[in-house]
Amino acid sequence: MYWDLFMMFIRVGLVSFGGGYAVIPIIQHEVTEKGWLTSAEFQQTVALAGMAPGSIATNAATLIGYRTAGYIGAAVSTAGMILPSLVVIVLLSALFYRMHDNSWVKSSLYGLRPVTTGLIIYAAIHFGYPSENSGISWVWIATLLISGVCLFLLLKYKLHPLLILSVAGAAGIILF
Amino acid sequence: MLPIIEREVVNKKKWMQEDEIGELISLAGSAPGGVGVNAAAMIGHRQAGIAGAVSAVMGVTCPTFLIVILISVFAILFRNQPKVEAALKGMNGGIIALISMAAYRTARYSILDTTTAIAAIVTVAVLLFAGIHPLYLIITGLICGMAVIRIKKRLGLQVKMEKKSVTGSYPELEYYI
Repeated sequence: MYWDLFMMFIRVGLVSFGGGYAVIPIIQHEVTEKGWLTSAEFQQTVALAGMAPGSIATNAATLIGYRTAGYIGAAVSTAGMILPSLVVIVLLSALFYRMHDNSWVKSSLYGLRPVTTGLIIYAAIHFGYPSENSGISWVWIATLLISGVCLFLLLKYKLHPLLILSVAGAAGIILF
Repeated sequence: MLPIIEREVVNKKKWMQEDEIGELISLAGSAPGGVGVNAAAMIGHRQAGIAGAVSAVMGVTCPTFLIVILISVFAILFRNQPKVEAALKGMNGGIIALISMAAYRTARYSILDTTTAIAAIVTVAVLLFAGIHPLYLIITGLICGMAVIRIKKRLGLQVKMEKKSVTGSYPELEYYI
């Protein structure tokens, strides 16, 4: 179990470009396929992960590890998620002292960054999908409504993410 | 978090210059993983090699880890309470907004020209309509980036490969790096 968690998050950590948002659909796919969490449980987990500071994907890894295998599960999942970053950074730092001047690095980032953006857009769409069994329902419409209002608050008033989540949570209590 | 790291490293500890840390942070955003963890690993590695990188990463991870564990314990205590479940459902809407915001922010410095715009659109379309693992898309992006730049340069076209990082315009959102 611990080994499964560790290896899964190593795989996820390796592709978590763009600060982790991009891999939320991948984590969801992996944990629901293995039967560790249902889609609804996963969405709850991500909502909880948003309450703590730091990368949402890493926090979600900690939560999933804890839910499926207790404290040690949480520790190995977090370690799995962070280890690839650490190795990649150390390798890159050792290879190029001043990576930024390297034109190969620059040109590969030129291609990588739009793909990351695409992955994050997909993550947002994927998270907004109605879950398989419910279809288009009141809950789904209300969720999209909440996200629209939150997006407006973010753009217009630049509210702190925690405040946004509190507003969304309060709206949930009222609406659902 | 990044402004705090910058202040500590540049002003207090005097480990590096301001332009150096700017460069380091923009690279940290391009490697896999959270920007905060990556920046910590890079600074740690520069100052004290592999051991430095490991300790810096552990230092930056531990507080968050403990907070998340605390949240998990509370979540399990209050599970199955209808009010808590409703709040979590509402927070999903908030998360969608936060992810969309992140997408918008990344788009502002990754979409530089028509080629990169097409790359982003194709990525979304492929993910939505074909079940291809994202890893392959990432590798394709890396290779295509290098190829396109070489071709454009050979054709004598001007290519702008990066934009100045836009971090800082929404400091509040740096909660999640």
